[in-house]
Amino acid sequence: MNRYLVSAFAVGLLFGLGLLTSGMANPAKVLGFLDLAGAWDPSLALVMGGAVAVGLVGFGFAGKRALSLLGAPLQVPTRRDIDRPLVLGSLGFGIGWGLAGFCPGPALVALGAGELKAAVFTLAMLAGMGVYEVLQRPAWG
Amino acid sequence: MTIDWSAFTPLPSLLGGLLIGLAAVLFILLNGRIAGISGILGGLLRPRAGDIAWRLAFVAGILVAPLLWGLAGALPAITVDAGYPLLIAAGLLVGISTRYGAGCTSGHGVCGLSRLSPRSLVATLAFMASGFVTVYIIRHVLGG
Repeated sequence: MNRYLVSAFAVGLLFGLGLLTSGMANPAKVLGFLDLAGAWDPSLALVMGGAVAVGLVGFGFAGKRALSLLGAPLQVPTRRDIDRPLVLGSLGFGIGWGLAGFCPGPALVALGAGELKAAVFTLAMLAGMGVYEVLQRPAWG
Repeated sequence: MTIDWSAFTPLPSLLGGLLIGLAAVLFILLNGRIAGISGILGGLLRPRAGDIAWRLAFVAGILVAPLLWGLAGALPAITVDAGYPLLIAAGLLVGISTRYGAGCTSGHGVCGLSRLSPRSLVATLAFMASGFVTVYIIRHVLGG
């Protein structure tokens, strides 16, 4: 089996275990974090803080390389412009996140746990991504 | 602001965050890829030769995580209060918006901030702000 597929699976697994450990896979906890004016649960600030602390070190090290440890080219975004789709898209994402408490990763974890509501959210999310693909496709003819 | 200390889980959340960060770092170091879930899923809808299997393998790993956890012990609670119409609306909005915004909590919030990307900083501030406002409106204005 292709070593890139093995590592992708293993990293996805670790990512999912991290989401479960952190509490982020639970929409009620996510909404408790987003509810600044209510009884605020600050836990998720530590999730992001912990992840970025490790990430700063790791990406700092990775960024100096041209190839990954397995020999793949590093595919890192290079754009630095702040454009309208970035800002409006991110604002829209936050609204959707706040409506149900799901973002893409935790939705997949909850789906794996057998949550029907996560399956419905994930299908709708994939449909939304499909809408983007259709709208972004060059016009016919 | 009142802090709900009874819900606060500093150690598991910090540990989970470290694991998420470790996964993101391993993915760039091994596969040379950004561990952004919306981008990985979105790429499946724009299939290109040689660009499908690694995405499916990553998604499979996430889906298997709760099954593996379940072998060792009880899964943590997953409580979804939103009803189906709201879940569908939220899913559609998250799907289309993360593609236009080129990322979500993982791609921008974890990987992008770790790379000190100005685009990801703007994106993260934007989705955090609109997430806070959305929950404020739902819980404290509409009273839902």
